[in-house]
Amino acid sequence: MNRLRRSEYHKSMGIIKTSKLIFDYLRYGEDEERPEVNRAIDGVDIDVEPGQFIAILGHNGSGKSTLAKHINALLAPTEGTVWLDQMDTRDEAHIWDIRQEAGMVFQNPDNQIIATVVEEDVGFGPENLGVPTPEIWKRVGESLEAVGMSAYRKRSPNKLSGGQKQRVAIAGIMAMQPKCIILDEPTAMLDPNGRKEVLKAVHRLNREAHVTVLLITHYMEEVTDADYVYVMDHGKVVMQGMPREIFSRVEELKEYRLDVPQVTLLAYELKQSGISLPDGILSTEELVEALCQSN
Amino acid sequence: MSIELKNVTYAYGTGSAYETVALADISMKIPDGQFVGIIGHTGSGKSTLVQHFNGLMRPTKGQVLFDGEDIWAGGYDLRHLRSQVGLVFQYPEHQLFETDVLADVCFGPKNLGFSQAECEELALSALRQVGLKEKYYKLSPFELSGGQKRRVAIAGVLAMNPKMLVLDEPTAGLDPKGRDDILDKIKELHETRGISIAIVSHSMEDMAKYVERIVVMNHGHMPFDGTPREVFSHYRKLEKIGLAAPQITYIMHALAEKGMAVSTDATTVEEAKESILKALGH
Amino acid sequence: MLKDITIGQYYPAESLIHRLDPRVKIVATMIFIISLFVVEDWVGYLVSALFLGMCILVSKVPFGYIVKGLKAIVILLGITMFFNMVFTPGDPLVQFWRITITVQGLRMAAKMGVRLIFLIIGSSLMTLTTTPNQLTNAIERLLKPLAFLIPVHEIAMMMSIALRFIPILMEETDKIMKAQMARGADFESGNLVKKVRSMVPLLVPLFISAFRRANDLAMAMEARCYHGGKGRTQMKPLVYGGRDYAAYGVMWAYLGICIAVRIVL
Repeated sequence: MNRLRRSEYHKSMGIIKTSKLIFDYLRYGEDEERPEVNRAIDGVDIDVEPGQFIAILGHNGSGKSTLAKHINALLAPTEGTVWLDQMDTRDEAHIWDIRQEAGMVFQNPDNQIIATVVEEDVGFGPENLGVPTPEIWKRVGESLEAVGMSAYRKRSPNKLSGGQKQRVAIAGIMAMQPKCIILDEPTAMLDPNGRKEVLKAVHRLNREAHVTVLLITHYMEEVTDADYVYVMDHGKVVMQGMPREIFSRVEELKEYRLDVPQVTLLAYELKQSGISLPDGILSTEELVEALCQSN
Repeated sequence: MSIELKNVTYAYGTGSAYETVALADISMKIPDGQFVGIIGHTGSGKSTLVQHFNGLMRPTKGQVLFDGEDIWAGGYDLRHLRSQVGLVFQYPEHQLFETDVLADVCFGPKNLGFSQAECEELALSALRQVGLKEKYYKLSPFELSGGQKRRVAIAGVLAMNPKMLVLDEPTAGLDPKGRDDILDKIKELHETRGISIAIVSHSMEDMAKYVERIVVMNHGHMPFDGTPREVFSHYRKLEKIGLAAPQITYIMHALAEKGMAVSTDATTVEEAKESILKALGH
Repeated sequence: MLKDITIGQYYPAESLIHRLDPRVKIVATMIFIISLFVVEDWVGYLVSALFLGMCILVSKVPFGYIVKGLKAIVILLGITMFFNMVFTPGDPLVQFWRITITVQGLRMAAKMGVRLIFLIIGSSLMTLTTTPNQLTNAIERLLKPLAFLIPVHEIAMMMSIALRFIPILMEETDKIMKAQMARGADFESGNLVKKVRSMVPLLVPLFISAFRRANDLAMAMEARCYHGGKGRTQMKPLVYGGRDYAAYGVMWAYLGICIAVRIVL
């Protein structure tokens, strides 16, 4: 059965793929007999190549977190299909393989750390996978090193800053040796310094360990370095493209309750006032350069 | 209405090896009607500072004066103070508990001894002021979205008719639109009710857009205190303490360095645009 | 008051006792408790005291720190000693009002006091030198033979999660209290009924938050492939080493001496 399913698709399929994904959740009101149907995801198709850094943008309630939970089989589609590394996420037989290959980091750093010592928490995933003890130690060491938290391995997570806790959570996922990691608003509860720390660690993993990254966020400045961006609204993908293309559509982004970094906004405003500038400026240097040329 | 801190020091773990000074000899005054932003990163002492405003924390050393009166003098009514200086904490989840929104907002006035009818009147007026639609009043506060919960939490404090509103990171966890909506609403409250407002934040961009004064906290000290323009002019020093000025400040300084005649003290996108257009002769 | 309880807290240090297998420490504590009921006279107590003192010395936990933990049981201690003094029949020593203190009672009270103090010091020495995780790990392993009867792995997992979240929830309680006080709530004054009612605005947000955390945590654990104790390996499996066997030897020898003292004297 399984072999049959796999052979249905051609080999060039990406590591994460969704096809016409629909997810409804039911809400039972107090006096209603029939539940109210809410469509959280409405026909989403995404395709991610191995090694890519993908960002999914959207305001709160746009369906982006629900989408994320489909990728590692925490939720099952109402309609449509999700494949992770060619495994159908509805296939019960592969559920633990899927979760091992697609690690997930959540928003609240406190609510995903299980152990009272950093290194023991990082070892939690490998323990669940049945990895032999010496190998667990090796993985824990490497993962903590990869996120720059080796110095804290004997500490209690309660004594760490938000950014550090989130890096421990990422190390905990890395120790499972996933092919891709999904970060569900990992920076929403952090201060700017914590945010920077976490993003730096994620970019490094993508670059050096070649882990596919799916970053879900509503902070535009976090996606400027992504390879590809999806914007979600009302459960649908409403915009997609390279960051530069997306960022040049300022008005549209505003409609979707998002905003652009100040530099992009300023460039856009200046352009509207008749100054000739390239589209989708992403950095201070670019804008200064462009303005000096037009001067 | 005015709040004044005189040489306030707050330390915990005093006497032990772990003594930590959260506030070090802070003196500041917030006069009537001011809109202040308090900026600093986690652990800078900004939350400790605002909890001194309404007497939730007691200074180890120094005085806190409300309208010139020492709030820690014997017999001072702290509960009354807390109704005058309304403090809204970061997470609305920490205060919402009633079965419906209206009842929750009534909690504050009820504690102050108002009658049920008066409480409801105050609550309704507060809910209207934060711009929450009437259809939500009878819903459970836990069914609301993040932004709506935040509004209910603010209304819960506003219903006590405070003369000053202090908000600890009111935009944490909200998306850009939700953030702008809340900040706009707060600004509106400042304008229509004329009350003083202090917002704790770590976003320089947001503060530049809204406040008239910025207080920067770092390791329990207050290295900068002034208008956004003054504070951002120290952008190199701000960077050293791990806080960045708004992107705009960097752009304007970089342009000026390249010889463009722009004003480096522009703090918002609007101001920057005007200044650049002028420099380019448009 | 709550801060003074050292039982259940961990005191980080590098010592022989810290390095012992937690199972040894649990068994040793039980042996020590048994020994306290074996000895009956002052010589025996002296042996126990010497042994306990030696352990404390080796553990590198400051003596003052351990004594501070006794503060929490002062009331319990007082009550126990009082009842022993009063209700032990024998030769009257002091008499006032309706209370008679006997010589035997005084002796009994002193012994009970010493026993209780030793017991508390002994068991807090175990918790002070063992991290909560090691402790749950050891309990899991020691109870393993009972796995067919009780869900040992699940209980151990629950204990370690509780240990992780208690400080977080304590901090949260503080925050909620402050948020409600900022709305004029009063948690201190009033009679009992009023006090209980004033807890509602504190408990509702706390419970909701705890449930939410539990929900999040369950999902995070599932995402990290947790599916019960089956097929699970351990990062820090408990393996007895030479020093652990030696420690068992010392414990049994100590118990032997205690028994000998009782029989001989």
